[in-house]
Amino acid sequence: MSRIELRGINKFYANVHVLKDLDLTVEDGDFTTLLGPSGCGKTTTLRVIAGLEAPQSGMLTIDGVKAADGEALYNMPPSKRGVNLVFQSYALWPHMTVAENVAFGLAIRKTPKAEIATLVKSALERMRIAEYAGRYPSELSGGQQQRVAIARSIVAKPRILLLDEPLSNLDAKLRIEMRSEIKRLHRDLGTTVVYVTHDQVEALTMSTKIAVFFEGRLVQVDTPRMIYGNPADRRVADFIGNPSINFLECEAQRDGDSVVIDSGLGRMVIGSVSARNRGTAAETAGAAALGGHAVLALRPEHIAISREPLTGAVEARIYSAMPAGSETLVHCAAGDTTVLAKTIGQEEFSTDQRVWLSVQSEKINLYAAADGALILGAFA
Amino acid sequence: MSPAKPARRGLWLERIKNVTLSTLSNPYHVISIVSIVVLLYLIIVPLGEIVSTTLHWQPKDIRVSPSAIPGAFTLYHWINMFTGSVARAMLWEPLLNSMLVALCVSALSLLLGGLMAWVVTRTDIPARKFLSFMILVPYMLPSWYKALAWITVFKNDRIGGYPGFLQAIFGINPPDWLSYGFLPIVLTLSVHYYAFAYLLISSALSSIGGDLEEMGEIAGASRFQILRRITFPLVLPAVLSSFILTFSRAIGTFGVPAFLGLKTNYYTISTMLYSSVRSRRTVQAYILSIVLIAIAVFTVWINQRMIGKRKSYTTIGGKGTRSNLVRLGKARTPIFVMILIFMIVAVLFPVGILVFQTFMLKDGIYSLSNLTLHYWIGASNPQIFEGEAGIFRNPAIWTSLLNTLKLVLLASLIATFLGLILGYVISRGRKRASGRLIEQLSFMPYLIPSIAFGAIYLSMFSQRRLFIPALYGTLALLVLISVVKYLPFSTRAGTSSMMQIGSELEEAAMIEGASFSKRFSRIVMPLAGKGFMSGFILIFISAMKELDLIVLLMTPSTSTLAAMTYSYAESGFHQFSDAVITLIVIIIMAVYLLAAKLGKVDMSKGLGG
Repeated sequence: MSRIELRGINKFYANVHVLKDLDLTVEDGDFTTLLGPSGCGKTTTLRVIAGLEAPQSGMLTIDGVKAADGEALYNMPPSKRGVNLVFQSYALWPHMTVAENVAFGLAIRKTPKAEIATLVKSALERMRIAEYAGRYPSELSGGQQQRVAIARSIVAKPRILLLDEPLSNLDAKLRIEMRSEIKRLHRDLGTTVVYVTHDQVEALTMSTKIAVFFEGRLVQVDTPRMIYGNPADRRVADFIGNPSINFLECEAQRDGDSVVIDSGLGRMVIGSVSARNRGTAAETAGAAALGGHAVLALRPEHIAISREPLTGAVEARIYSAMPAGSETLVHCAAGDTTVLAKTIGQEEFSTDQRVWLSVQSEKINLYAAADGALILGAFA
Repeated sequence: MSPAKPARRGLWLERIKNVTLSTLSNPYHVISIVSIVVLLYLIIVPLGEIVSTTLHWQPKDIRVSPSAIPGAFTLYHWINMFTGSVARAMLWEPLLNSMLVALCVSALSLLLGGLMAWVVTRTDIPARKFLSFMILVPYMLPSWYKALAWITVFKNDRIGGYPGFLQAIFGINPPDWLSYGFLPIVLTLSVHYYAFAYLLISSALSSIGGDLEEMGEIAGASRFQILRRITFPLVLPAVLSSFILTFSRAIGTFGVPAFLGLKTNYYTISTMLYSSVRSRRTVQAYILSIVLIAIAVFTVWINQRMIGKRKSYTTIGGKGTRSNLVRLGKARTPIFVMILIFMIVAVLFPVGILVFQTFMLKDGIYSLSNLTLHYWIGASNPQIFEGEAGIFRNPAIWTSLLNTLKLVLLASLIATFLGLILGYVISRGRKRASGRLIEQLSFMPYLIPSIAFGAIYLSMFSQRRLFIPALYGTLALLVLISVVKYLPFSTRAGTSSMMQIGSELEEAAMIEGASFSKRFSRIVMPLAGKGFMSGFILIFISAMKELDLIVLLMTPSTSTLAAMTYSYAESGFHQFSDAVITLIVIIIMAVYLLAAKLGKVDMSKGLGG
């Protein structure tokens, strides 16, 4: 249970600038996910928090206590920070049994033998692997090894639990099981969790907060709901969501408190713009600059398909339909514009069938054509 | 890359304090610095000193040149050595001999080793496992034991004394060119170094995926076309590499040319170097050392360049499936028999004749009445070889045996352990300049031929230096030189076993609060243990048969078995030298078999001497 603050963190490997002026606060008890494509700096951030990497500049505090100070070349040893880390590779010591792996840190801290035995037992029971205590890691399945790694990291009740892509080596079914297990663990232990992943579904399902990274820069920190509904820039919008978001080039003009958007899906008028503006610098600047070329972003589930003509709907043709059990993804072509729409349930469409598309315009996000910055956010 | 300007007060003090604290708690840097300093002192400094010696007038030069001022800079020694009156006899002829020997040995070894590698890895030859073991046996034994066997068989009456096997049995007096010099040196060295080519080429061959050859077959190529157009180009890097590496080893080898060349004044650079040291022509010996080192550096450099360009070949290739072994058909048995005959001629016969000779009271008399156990267990008898007692009754032999075991055990233990430490620093510091520097420094001894290394250490440690007392005449000097000489192998082995231990395993322990020494003893060492054993055995075997490295540093009280063999052979006590080498062979084979039984030992890692 701890608050982590990173201020102006910069990290270089040789001449590669890996973390660029990182500012991030993880509140006490949060489940914060660091999300981004590979090479974006999320794992490095985690390793800085753990103390395995020292930042060249910037300050890290844990519960107000200085843990790293780049300018003063200070880096508190990992073991003094009250953190523990679950590695992507699990990093189980192959020459020790499960119980020895879990007990190692306690023994190093000179915990009395009897206490070690109780703590190890309860950690293994919590992860439901008590019966494997005497086995070696190589005798366990991937999922069981994962549980051992987690048991090892929680046995000493760390204030902060760090997880580095812990589920990436598991098969799809096991991954879903472990997700709920970890979420439950967070609730039961009340520990502050920092979780690294490149899997946006994992991030959306588990976190209380998501921090999205691109190219060493922190782009957006928000709740999963906001990250999904109001991506702060075009890269975030593109990265989050499966199936991925539709981007349409458009012309946007300010008209009083409304914005008029002309795109391949026809004209849309969005009212009460000032109420939607949450006042971020980018949005304010963007709103002022409104007028001309822009990109509108629309999630597939916000496009409804009708088999009958509707007022305000745009006529289109079915390009291809992909039923997938609980949902159906449909590629539609309206003139030169192709969009992906998602409907719930199994829907039958024939190729080239005529349909009418209607858009929930309040869900639209508008991005600057030049730099992809958000200029008009949706009602999340 | 510089962080924001230190604007805070007292920041520099704080920085110094923090850096000191973190350096103390993480000895990685301390170990790196100590390693670099020690390696520099043991490898680079001696090299620098001998170069500097050759460039300055020495006190005794006043006799050869009136203008000599001891301590002043001069090129006299180099000019004299390369163009003076001694140049031909001391440098150019030995150099030519060395080059010719090394070239012929490399070519012949390549032919022998390459053919056998192909037959064993790529064809349906019977008893493959047995063959691949037998082929490597010569390599486990000292190269010069075959030289001794050669003399025993082909000795002629030029030197006098007792007749050789051929003369005694068939009454043939072999000509000089068959008994001594170029031909026997090339043959005996080739029968040793072919194993080198065999190891490199067979591992390259078995790494080629069978699918690559199968694809050729599908494309309609004949078996010969596949061999020529697919297989051969793929193993070409290994072929070239083994040629060059054999060359760099053979050019500096001492034992064989000493046994087979000195009697007829057939000198190579290495034997000339030895005689120069013995006759106290130190500067000339140094120049010869530098010439040897230069040649070795040059050949290894060529090898690196070539491998660098063609490296991509060796890693290509799907799975190492061996589905399509070439069927030898009718040739299967004859080829098998030929290899067996080769093994008998190259391995069993030389060992056999040496062992047999130890039971012959008088050299060259092959009759039952001449058989004796005197050389093994006989008491001192003034009528036989100046009263030298049989080796099991001979205190000098027992001392040497003890010395050898002490030396070999200590050297291989220390070298293996240092190899692990250096391997740790190298594997964790791949991206740092310090890691790369240590890697390169620890490879340096590979470039210094053993005999030259001995000459360098002889001068370097014969007097007190800094805090190191004069080591000449102590076992410590032999241990030191062996450790440094084997460092390239032990470090390479150590690096590869450390590379297999992911740094995350250590980081996980770091997070649990384990200090550096705890991490090393509880995590790193237990996981590196397996590599430790096999590295230890390989160095043990190499050190056991080592002669070139220590022959110049030997004193009676620090003599080893190998050196004992050499001095017995030098004074013509053949039965004794044969008995001692038999002892060496027995120890090596016993250790190897024991190690093979306890765990897997990969000979291919031991491309030592």
